[in-house]
Parts: sequence; structure tokens; C-alpha cells
Amino acid sequence: MKSYVIPEYIIERDPNRCIRCKVCVNQCSYETHCYDEEDDCMTSKSENCVNCQRCATFCPTNAITIKKNPNVYRNNANWTQEALIGIKKQAETGGVVLTGMGCDKPELTYWDRLLINASQVTNPSIDPLREPMELRTYIGSKPEKLDLDFNNGDMELKTKLSPQLTLETPIMFSAMSYGSVSLNVHKSLARAASEYGTYYNTGEGGLEKSLYKYSDHVIVQVASGRFGVHSEYLNAGAAVEIKIGQGAKPGIGGHLPGEKVSAEISKTRMIPMGTDALSPAPQHDIYSIEDLRQLIFALKEAVDYTKPVFVKIAAVHNAAAIASGIVRAGADAVVLDGIRGGTGAAPRITRDNVGIPIELALAAVDQRLREEGIRNKASVIAAGGIKSSGDVLKAIALGADACYIGTAALVALGCTVCQKCYTGKCPWGIATTDLWLTKRINPDIGAQRLKGLLRGWSLEIMEMMGGMGINAIESVRGNRLVLRGVGLTDTELKVLGVRAAGE
Amino acid sequence: MALEELIKESAGSLTIKNKVAKIDATGMYYRDLNTLLRQLDKNGIENIQVHNVCGQRYLGTDLKGNIKLDLYGTPGNDLGSFMKGVDITVHGNVQDACGNTMDNGKIVVHGRAGDLAGNSMRGGKIFIRDGAGYRVGIHMKEYMEKRPSIVIGGTAQDFLGEYMAGGVLAVLGIGMKQKVHDARFVGTGMHGGVIYIQGEVRHMGEEVAVRELDTDDYNILKPLVEEFCSYYDMDATKIMDGKFNKLIPVSSRPYGNLYAY
Repeated sequence: MKSYVIPEYIIERDPNRCIRCKVCVNQCSYETHCYDEEDDCMTSKSENCVNCQRCATFCPTNAITIKKNPNVYRNNANWTQEALIGIKKQAETGGVVLTGMGCDKPELTYWDRLLINASQVTNPSIDPLREPMELRTYIGSKPEKLDLDFNNGDMELKTKLSPQLTLETPIMFSAMSYGSVSLNVHKSLARAASEYGTYYNTGEGGLEKSLYKYSDHVIVQVASGRFGVHSEYLNAGAAVEIKIGQGAKPGIGGHLPGEKVSAEISKTRMIPMGTDALSPAPQHDIYSIEDLRQLIFALKEAVDYTKPVFVKIAAVHNAAAIASGIVRAGADAVVLDGIRGGTGAAPRITRDNVGIPIELALAAVDQRLREEGIRNKASVIAAGGIKSSGDVLKAIALGADACYIGTAALVALGCTVCQKCYTGKCPWGIATTDLWLTKRINPDIGAQRLKGLLRGWSLEIMEMMGGMGINAIESVRGNRLVLRGVGLTDTELKVLGVRAAGE
Repeated sequence: MALEELIKESAGSLTIKNKVAKIDATGMYYRDLNTLLRQLDKNGIENIQVHNVCGQRYLGTDLKGNIKLDLYGTPGNDLGSFMKGVDITVHGNVQDACGNTMDNGKIVVHGRAGDLAGNSMRGGKIFIRDGAGYRVGIHMKEYMEKRPSIVIGGTAQDFLGEYMAGGVLAVLGIGMKQKVHDARFVGTGMHGGVIYIQGEVRHMGEEVAVRELDTDDYNILKPLVEEFCSYYDMDATKIMDGKFNKLIPVSSRPYGNLYAY
């Protein structure tokens, strides 16, 4: 069948600059560029281009420009280019339109309509370069009160504390499974997390043997597929996370296509090579809050109550009530993943239409847990489209203890958010298991880039905190007075628990 | 804690003789019972007999040693979940999710099992003398030499072997007058592993094909049935003489053509 889908991008090559070095040919995994030996010239198949900018970045003479195809259908606010192309693709294949990364619709972002306060005249601001600033925070269940013993001026803690994770900065790397991303990505994340004093999450593909040495900085995930889950794995982590859902695809499972299940992946996931790795939509041992409690405590038993257990859900309409159930079921932390949360592969229709923005879910959950008097029983971790240190600080002010970043970490490694992760051909060597591509990430450089990101954001957070005259991140948590909203309705302000700017 | 201390603290509910421990679990909270089992395991006890078990969960989950556990009564949900290497015999029925995500070891049930036995099981063996509930063996998987197996003496309920990705499920149909299984949606979403079942299955997933057993199948099935019979004093030859069907997945990639790229 002749495809009616027109190329999204066109490639322009400046013949005066191109030296026919073939770097672009070697860099592109979609076979966009070719070299014609007979005529000694370079050609490009624009229809293959995904606009990942790999060739343009590596072209030594900057000869390549990738442009949006100016051939567009007649402008129509309703029947957009994306809608038309989606329909044509489906008519031709009869399939579900896949996409990668998080929802790209601008109207679902609230961070940019929330603004942070600063001190002027009263309550002087603090210069973080000269004054101590505390970004350290702890994830885990906190007691209602502390019992202390005083003996001749010595003080001893009588209360037995629940297991806690210590974060030197309130930013962790969120779950991206080994399989959806490469081993070198995992190595980079694990190393950066352990050197910076934070945590990386394995996702549900198991923990590769060579990464067990980072176990003090690993959160191991247990999801519906239970891939690579065994007692060494559970005990290898500093915490265990039960994944119920993810922001990009609430309520549905995942299929790691057989093409991506290479020999290495099959070893860690412990399934035969080339078979689809199916993660069912529900966890078959969790059909209720009571069942969730059963799994939480099964895991606590399996690790002898030495590690906190997180429960991750997608932000959905009843997130507040569900989170309350999760806390009462005994979780040490609730992870909320908003609609802009990233993914290696999700049906586009689900990604863009199911779930709610993290800002609203987070505010509602924090409020609900406070009203019920159980906010101390669990930490709250926000995830889903956090793209700057400003977003992190705003999330903490809305009630989060810490944030998970996924996409931002991948961008630090080279990702350009071309949204084609599901093809398994990532030219940046990130969302692929093809050994020819995965070597494009060097874990030494990767870890360095990720640490750079963590340091940069941490410095910015301290700068903004200092501006407000606050010297500990825990004093920002749930402190909604430091936020004001612009361009928001009364209802949105009410849900966020934030006043309008100027009020 | 040393053994002497444990015995002293137990106020009579624990006795130890020749590396064999006896526990009276009457009214014991599951966390206390599991803590006690862990302590005994750490102290090198080789066999623990727990009497009057009544609904205590997660028994055997976090035991590290090469240990044999005899449970008298009815253990609670998640018996042996995430378990490795423990050898459990249950003198009674088990509740839901026994052997959940089990890694290795063995569970022998002298009675029946509830729902979800062997959920996401990755290794080891479960033998159930009588019948089993719903969703047994969902998403079992295998890798190289790690091949889990479940043998059910009687019949099982709906969703048997749903999403199955590996391993062996054998249903022997013992004691069924007419060998017709009521279970519906057998093997829905199956993409690996095999189900051997004696008797007719009327309702199964569209991903499943029914085949005759060949020599390789009998080489897998026979030792399992013989092991099963050795625990319950039954005649393996008689069972093997019955007619088995083999249920296998049509494809290892059931959802390969679902997407538009």
C-alpha cells in the first residue's frame, strides 16, 4: 500500500561545507544518509529522519540542517498535522500509534504558572555561597513523636526509627528499566547517584550483576512482570519500589518487544531471548488495598524490615484517596508520577489523554494526608516532567519530600527528546540494546554529565532558598506560602492550595 | 539471639532436640513467628516443625539456609513468597498466593491450595495434592536451567496459566468423575511454557494450542508425576496411563503486530 504519510522533516546539506566524510552515515541508525560512490556525493532520505540531531551534532563542518517539512496540510486548529498523520498511519497498519517520552502538550504544565517568593527588606535573604545550606533530606516513615532518655546531660533516642534513605539533594533518578535503556545508561546513573549521594531506580528489568556494587544507592523495583526479582535482587537495593502505574501510561501494562530482548537483557530479566517481555496491566496479586498491604509486607519480610518500601502510582483522578490507602497499607513512601512522565513506549492516545498533571495530584495528596494526620507515615516523591531546579523546588513547596527525574537525566546524557524510544534504534545510544549503538554512551562521561546536572540544580535550589531566607530544604516542604499562581482559575488555585500572585 | 535464649523467651512454645525445632504457633502473630524462624535458621537448625499454624503469612519467605519446614494447620497468604531453597511440607491446606514469585525450593501441600499459587514463579516446585483456586501459575517464567513446575492433583479454576511465559504446569485430574475441567480462560495471553492436563479443557485463551504429548513431553512429565506420587503414596503408573493434553502458546510474541510505527 502506498503510504500517504509525508516526511516530517527535511534535511538540507550545504555542499560547500560537506566534505563527504560519512560521519552522518555512520551516526544515523535510521539509515537516513547515504554516500553514492559512483558520483562521489552524499544523499539523504528525509522520510527516515526523526530529528534527533545526532548527525548535525557530529558533523565536523556543520553542513547539515534539519528543518520541519514546510509541506504541511492546510492549517486547521482542529484537524492538526499530528491528528491527520496519526489517522493515516493507523489506516495503513491497523495498529495502536506508539510514542516515546512524556506528553508534549503545553496546556498540561502548571509549573510555569507557579512563581517562587523572595525576601525583600523583612526576613533577610541568605547568601548560600557563605552560609550553610541544608539540602539533605530523608525518605521513609517518620514517627509521630520521639521518646528521649536523658542521663547526666547525655541524650539517647528511645524510639525505634523506620529505615530511611539519606539524600544529599532532593533529586533521584527515576525508574527506567534495563532493556528500555542500555546498560551503559544504568552504569552512568548508578555511578552518578552513588558519587553524589542520591539514588537510582532499576525500573522493572532487574539489576545487572556488575551494578550490585552500587547497591547502597539503588532502589530496586518490583512491577507486574516481576522480571529479575529474586531475594538477592530485593536485598541488593537500599529500598524496594512497588510499581503500580506510571504517568505516561496509567492503567496499562508494558511490552518490551522481543527485538529488544537481547542475550544480555534476557540474562538480567531471566526470560528467553527474543520473547516479548510482557508486564501485565495489574499486578495479579494486587486487586485491592488489602492485597497491596500483603505485598508490601511480603517484601518487608523478604528484606527483614531493613529497607523502606515505596509504592508508585500514576497521578489519576482519585490519587488523594488512593495515596491515603497506600500509606495506610504500610508504604514508607508514595511516588506520584504525573501525566507528563516519560516512557520508552506508550500508546500516544493513553500518554496524552489519561491521568492528571503532577502539580494538582501532588498538592491534593499532600493536603489529604495532612488532613488525615498521616503525612508523617510516608514520604511523598513527585515525578513526571520535572525539567528544571525550579520545578523541583516548586514540587517540594507543594508537599513533595523529593523528586524523581528521568527524562532530564537522559537529556543530560545526550537525549534530544525525539520521542522515538520505542523503535529501539536510539542514535544517542540511550533507549536501545543494540551493542553498536550502546557504546555511544561512555559511563565515565555519562556519570560526569549526570553529576554536573545534580550539582547545577542543587546550587540553583540553594540560591532560590537563600533568596527566600530559608536555609533547609525541609523548611520548604509543603510550605505553599512561598508559591503564588498566575493565570490560574480559582478552582485550580484551591486544589494547589496556592494564592494568586499579588494576593 | 542464641538458641537457649530463644527457648527461654518462648515460654514453652519452642523446644529443640538434635537440630530439630518444634514450635507451637497457637495465637502467635506472623511477624513474631517469622522472626523466630529466622533466628532458628541463623542458628543452624535443619528442621522446624510448626504446629497449630493458623493463617500466619509469609512463612519461609526470608529463610536463607538449607532448611526443612513442616507446617501443621493452615498457613496464611504468601507462603514461601520470594523464597529460595527452603523445603516446605504443609500438613493441611494453604491459603492464597503460596509460592508467589518463588525463586527456588519446594512446597508440598497435603490438601488444597487457594488462588494464585505460584504467581510469577521463577524456579522451584509446588505440589498440591487436591485442587487449586483461581489464577494459578499466572506469569510463571523460565530461564536456562531455572524452570519452575507446579503439579496439581485435582483440578484448578479460571485463568490457570494466564500470561504464562515459561515453566511447567501439570493438572492430573485425580478424583474427577468426568474428566472435564470447569476452568475458563486457561492460558490467556500465554507466550511460553507448557501445561499438561488430564481431561478436557473447554475454555481457553486464543493464544493457546492443544497438542498431543511426544516423547520429550513424557520425559518432563513422568518424573514430576513420580515425585508427586512419592509424597502422597499414589501410583504414578496409573496416572501416567491416563490421557494428557498439552497446551502450548501459539507464539512467543502474542502482541507483535499490535502497533503502528
